[in-house]
Amino acid sequence: MTEKPSTVLQGSSLWKDARSRMAKNKFAMGGFWVIVVMFSLCFILAWYCKDPNQVNLTNKFAPSSAENWFGTDALGRDLFARILYGGQVSILVGLIATAVSVAIGIVYGSISGFAGGRTDAVMMRIVDTLLAIPFLVLVIVLQATLSDWSGDATRWIVENFKWDKEFTGRLTNIVPLFFALGLLGWLTLSRIVRAQVMSIKEREFVEAAVALGYSKARILFRHVIPNVLGPTVVYSTLTVPGFIMYEAILSFLGLGVESPNSSWGVLIKEGANFLETEVQLLLLPGLFFSLTLFSLNFLGDGLRDALDVKAAKD
Amino acid sequence: MSLLKIKNLKTYFHTRAGINRAVDDISFSIDKGEIVGVVGESGSGKSVTCHTMLGLLPQPPAKVEGGSVSFDNEELLNLPQSLLRAIRGKRISMIFQDPMSCLNPYLKILDQITEPILIHENVSRETAETRAIEMMKKVGIRDAEARARSYPHEFSGGMRQRVMIAMALVTRPDLLLADEPTTALDVTVQARILKILRSLKDDLGIAVLFVTHDLGVVAELADRVVVMYRGKIVEQGNTRDIFEKPSHPYVKGLIACRPTLDTQYEILPTVDDFLKTEIRKDGSFILSEHPDSTERLSKLKEKKSSSDKDTSPLLQVSGLQVHFQTGGGLLGEPRKTLKAVDGVDLQISSGQTLGLVGESGCGKTTLGRAILRLQKAKSGSIIYDKNELNNLSQKEMINFRKRMQIIFQDPYASLNPRQTIEQTLIEPMIVHGIGSNYSNRRNQIVSLLEEVGLGPEFLLRYPHEFSGGQRQRISVARALAVEPEFIVCDECVSAMDVSVQAQVLNLLRELQEKRDLTYLFISHDLSVVKFMSDDVIVMQNGKIVESGKAQEIYHQPKSDYTKELLNAVPKVSLSK
Repeated sequence: MTEKPSTVLQGSSLWKDARSRMAKNKFAMGGFWVIVVMFSLCFILAWYCKDPNQVNLTNKFAPSSAENWFGTDALGRDLFARILYGGQVSILVGLIATAVSVAIGIVYGSISGFAGGRTDAVMMRIVDTLLAIPFLVLVIVLQATLSDWSGDATRWIVENFKWDKEFTGRLTNIVPLFFALGLLGWLTLSRIVRAQVMSIKEREFVEAAVALGYSKARILFRHVIPNVLGPTVVYSTLTVPGFIMYEAILSFLGLGVESPNSSWGVLIKEGANFLETEVQLLLLPGLFFSLTLFSLNFLGDGLRDALDVKAAKD
Repeated sequence: MSLLKIKNLKTYFHTRAGINRAVDDISFSIDKGEIVGVVGESGSGKSVTCHTMLGLLPQPPAKVEGGSVSFDNEELLNLPQSLLRAIRGKRISMIFQDPMSCLNPYLKILDQITEPILIHENVSRETAETRAIEMMKKVGIRDAEARARSYPHEFSGGMRQRVMIAMALVTRPDLLLADEPTTALDVTVQARILKILRSLKDDLGIAVLFVTHDLGVVAELADRVVVMYRGKIVEQGNTRDIFEKPSHPYVKGLIACRPTLDTQYEILPTVDDFLKTEIRKDGSFILSEHPDSTERLSKLKEKKSSSDKDTSPLLQVSGLQVHFQTGGGLLGEPRKTLKAVDGVDLQISSGQTLGLVGESGCGKTTLGRAILRLQKAKSGSIIYDKNELNNLSQKEMINFRKRMQIIFQDPYASLNPRQTIEQTLIEPMIVHGIGSNYSNRRNQIVSLLEEVGLGPEFLLRYPHEFSGGQRQRISVARALAVEPEFIVCDECVSAMDVSVQAQVLNLLRELQEKRDLTYLFISHDLSVVKFMSDDVIVMQNGKIVESGKAQEIYHQPKSDYTKELLNAVPKVSLSK
């Protein structure tokens, strides 16, 4: 370690160090910018697009033109608009499901790891049991249950808040999927958090905190959890593409997002029907999909390298 | 004629932060059958020198910028890897610091010792095995034939280091490079290993390059000494000459700042008392003798004969037992009880220091933690200022936490890496309601930092931006933030270089005087304990084997174990 001049007042936190390391990683920064572009396309440009659900049977399978940049699909709907709107759903699935699973995973994992003993044993056996059941089966069951409720919710919202019926219907069709994935996706994360907490718990600064008379909650929230956030952030950036993928699989199986809503999974499924004649219907959504997944993975890898404690010591 | 000759060797590390001149233009040589000690503190370049010779450095970031290493008239630096491999392990062997991780846990000891013979010599397996067992006997492994068939985990730390030495010497090398081979071992084990190395040198006529941070070990073992500081050799010569009349101010400081069993000072001299470092703009530095070093030294007080003021005991522990259960569980091994602390009685008077010495695994750390109730005791009583701590509820205990604090061994692990120094120091004040508002607390912190020798410009920095010694000062400041009267110092200087150790010990001393603190000073280092303590207790296997006034224990030890410990301490007295 080199000695720094003592006049520097502001210290550099581990996060700040990680940020500067991150900025030097070309792949990760490339991934980051692709995601930014993808975001602005799907959430800003989409407002200025055509209606993705506008059916025009006289103009089906139209080739790319000034009017329809990516051409149209089997019902004459504009493919470009459908990809952007589909992207909204896919990206939201990734983000919301990750947010839900990270929130549950951190709380569950850190309580389990911090409490230890019998509490830990019981909590981890619950996780083991859930992990033993195939993930997609659980998601499908949970989504079906949530969908029952969401039908009621639709009616309630429309009656009480006078929201647009079609919009609310679309929303309540998608939301159960977000939560079904999120409510079940925390299992692995909670184990990672638990292992991290258990190793941090043994560090001397935690013992020092006990010796200073800090309460358990203070130790957990101020001293333990901030130190497990690094690996958690890394893991969760790598789960975002996982959730997007699950949504695509479910939609491909016809169990996820329902028509006329689109998502990248729905578009790929529809495109696959015309694989032999109209290959762009599969390729174009597939391209957006894989570009996003690649970028997220590069970003996650970059974060892992940047937050790695071993690298932080040089 | 010299066996190994290093001339103007320069090894630099090219890192993002700039060029680190780890080894900067050093020259020395080793003759046949000679033991040369290379001494230096962390970052002095001693290990890098060793690794450069054998081409073991990762390149990049390391780069050999110039110089030569000639071994038996052969230049090693430009040798292709294939030829270098023929020399490594055959003519030059190496032993490392950590015997626990240097042996392959999946191979039998015998296979590991015969491996270098089979690689480097064209002999039958039987011959190799006979030679391996012979060498095991030479390094003092009893019952070698039987033990050769066992695995590394069946050996203790000291025995593993002997296996490492046997492995290194079995090919009859001309030169043995030993990189801190006894640092991880207890003093009594270290003493035995040093004895073995010396007798092997006489028997086999090998030369040894012994790298260490411990001046005592070098004085005991080496014929010649090379002292390194920041990548340069500051002094080299005969062991006797260097220890009796060191000429370089750094070496003078290094020898003086190390507490020995005969240290009489109240406050230790530090390297800064001798050495003045001027850093030039280009990063190079000039070392010179401190102009008023003699004056500074004369100011150091002689240690008062420990006062016999008869104060009431602040802490009284009796019959304390801490047991750990291992095994058990549904499918686990049979349940075993480890008696870490097995019926300990002690008492500490207010304003005094009780030293607690013992080797690793004797239960000294567990005892310290049990006293602070960081570890649950099985039975016994801990009476602190007339209160029985074992009867207090968690809530009631919090008020006592304010009065009794602990400083840990590893300053890297004992600070929360995500908190600034300000947050670290202010939090205990908030929890215990010290200070009324932020600006009030901040002022207290600033004066606390000043007390431990750090400036207010450090407040917003994070722990990783500090050196080990600075971090330990911050740990001390954190412990002091709640204004305690009793502090457990658990091996709190063991991980430090001697020059830093002296500063931290002095700091603890000054704080004790100023704030009338009471210490329980736990350490494996007998000299440090003697320097710090009024009373001393010696622990072995969870029990106290001897206790009494420090002077008495060190001058007339009664138990055999204490005598053995004291004899094992390497001494800088040169009675060879």
